Amino acid sequence: MTKDIKTPVGTSRRNVLKTIAGGAAASASIPLWARFAQAQTSEPIRIGFQVHRTGIGAAYGRWYDRTTMAAVKAINDAGGINGRPVEIIAEDDGTDPKRGAEVIEKFATQHKADVGFGTLFSHVVIGSAPRAGELKLPYFVVSEGHHVASGMLNRYTLQPGITDVKSQVQAMAPYVAGNLGKKVTMIFPDFAFGHDHRDYFTAAIEAQGGEVLAHIAIPPTETSFTKYFPKIPRDTEVIYHVMVGPAVLTFVKEMGEFFGPSHPAIFGFIDSLEAVDLGSPGLEFLENTYFWEGNPRYAQPDQSAFDKNYRAAIGVDNNGASISDPSDVSTYAHMFGCWETLYTIKDGMEAAGYQGPADRGKLIEAVEAITDMPHSNEHPQGAKLFNGKTHQVFGPQYISQVKGGRLDVVHTTSIEDGQYPDEVDYTKQAL
Amino acid sequence: MDFGPYLILASLEGAVTAAVLALTAVGLSLVFGVMRVVNVAHGEFFMLGAVLAWWVTSMIGGHPALGFGVALVLVPVLVGLTAAVADVTILKRINYDPERTIIATIGILYIIQQLTLMTYGPDARPVTPPFNTRLAIPWFEFGENGLQMYWPWGLSTTSYKLGVIGAAAAVLVGVWLLMVRTKIGLLMRATQLDREMALAFGIPVERVYAIVFGIGAGLAAMAAVLIVPIQQAHYLMGGDPLLLSFIVVIIGGLGSLPGTVVAAVLIGLSDGIISVFFSPTLAKILATLLVALVLVFRPQGLFGVKDA
Repeated sequence: MTKDIKTPVGTSRRNVLKTIAGGAAASASIPLWARFAQAQTSEPIRIGFQVHRTGIGAAYGRWYDRTTMAAVKAINDAGGINGRPVEIIAEDDGTDPKRGAEVIEKFATQHKADVGFGTLFSHVVIGSAPRAGELKLPYFVVSEGHHVASGMLNRYTLQPGITDVKSQVQAMAPYVAGNLGKKVTMIFPDFAFGHDHRDYFTAAIEAQGGEVLAHIAIPPTETSFTKYFPKIPRDTEVIYHVMVGPAVLTFVKEMGEFFGPSHPAIFGFIDSLEAVDLGSPGLEFLENTYFWEGNPRYAQPDQSAFDKNYRAAIGVDNNGASISDPSDVSTYAHMFGCWETLYTIKDGMEAAGYQGPADRGKLIEAVEAITDMPHSNEHPQGAKLFNGKTHQVFGPQYISQVKGGRLDVVHTTSIEDGQYPDEVDYTKQAL
Repeated sequence: MDFGPYLILASLEGAVTAAVLALTAVGLSLVFGVMRVVNVAHGEFFMLGAVLAWWVTSMIGGHPALGFGVALVLVPVLVGLTAAVADVTILKRINYDPERTIIATIGILYIIQQLTLMTYGPDARPVTPPFNTRLAIPWFEFGENGLQMYWPWGLSTTSYKLGVIGAAAAVLVGVWLLMVRTKIGLLMRATQLDREMALAFGIPVERVYAIVFGIGAGLAAMAAVLIVPIQQAHYLMGGDPLLLSFIVVIIGGLGSLPGTVVAAVLIGLSDGIISVFFSPTLAKILATLLVALVLVFRPQGLFGVKDA
């Protein structure tokens, strides 16, 4: 066996400079890893982040990304998880269910990720979760869909950071029936998420003595909407709208143009205007109408210190827009779910003494054991209650009214308002 | 909503679709008629028009009409130049071979789409219309006191939508005048009739091709600039116009400009009316069915001429 012997390099000025520069770079990096050196292994915890960079979910994806990065920075600055740094491995799923399943597979087999995390759009979750279950990859979704708590998915899929649609609409229905009207026409996107709204709000408003006069389903890829509005019955008292996709601003604008000066009461889910500036031309008719908000976009007079800390960490101003670009409006009502989910992963891993992929089962059991999540810097949206059997979290909801071009919270629902009987017990499924 | 006002609303929506579709499809038809190139990237030139319109209007402050006016003039020229460059650098190099141009334009489609994604990003962005007043439309019905006028709920359009229809009609007249009244129109028609003979008469066919490809893309971009204040600029918006343009061009007869316009009005109006009364999916199904029927029973299209 022969060994190549490197010819010694002559001591030139350039080489000396190179060595100094290299040494400087190396010493600059020392404090970073040294901070985590007390752990048994300094290997980072790898979190596979399934992000909607492109496709119809792109606006959400951008803000889910920013929130995730801010939360990871905060976690790492405070010492990481079990003394190990957290590393995010982001993969674009194109807001496409087929690609979603492939991304999950990449996380498990190629990137050796410890967990999968971050999916929003319900069809992507439904497309990806079965693969996560097969690969036994804990899959933490931030999706709102009822598919987790309905029992449709599996033991490896959890939703600990954001409430589901069934819980949200159940909490909204008494307010709508009591303050706005009982004859409702619903406009919703024609896929799983919209169908959750259709099914559970219809049931919830009927429980309040109201009725839904018409269901108007619109494909989330639609770009023009006026043609759908004539289907709204004349005796409608309340329009209930929830829309997603790249054309949400067009949707709301055309609704205003359709009704003109005399419109029925309007109750929307802020999804219809997430990442859209409320001051956009054509939205003036929304004044005095109501919105559900998962988390109030505009800082309220009674803003908590936790919300203040959370806004600053992500770089969002008091109007819910990016500090660096006020026209870049966030998806504030949803993205807190990423922040809170990452802290739940941290709590679960610490409770389970998580070491590596062999402990994934232990992690699932540890998260299932979590119940109360107090209002804190870790859970800035509000106190929550996690149900380990259904893998779903329950929390407060906000109803805001448009006043002077901003959203003012007029009602906050309690955790109990959104609770319903368990439909599944995932803990009975094998790990 | 009552049947009468409902139908009026549906027809108005359909007319806007038809106007924009006519412009886009005439561009596609022109390119096919003169160059025999099936331009799969046509929808992306449409999208590029919308995205550049957003870019131009956001660069220019002041009254929305100012930025929009500049965009309406500048953007089709920019997109036309881009297309002409693509023609000279790509299509010319493969000698306009029919199969290879299809593959090449698919390549152009992806290049434009992904470059837009990389630079403009995945978001939909709005353009403020230059003018936009809601116009309520009255309706008449026989009541106790004879004929009465009333204002049905929701029966309205906007001045801008009417403006789009008018502008599209004006541009179409302009294209027609260009084809029949100008020298370049004559050269284009000569090239369309017989490329070899045109070459023999000293017509710079390759330059004509570049100009035609540019005009075709420019028309798509013009349509997009007109529609972008109603919809929004988005990097995936080129798919629908491409599909509908092909449907229109096949029904109207490949290369026939009057046929294209008639088919655009037919498809646009029926799309509007069927989507309002039934569902948008059914409208697409029926349009595709119509294409199939035309291909079976009249392959040259409604206005096309059979090849000798």
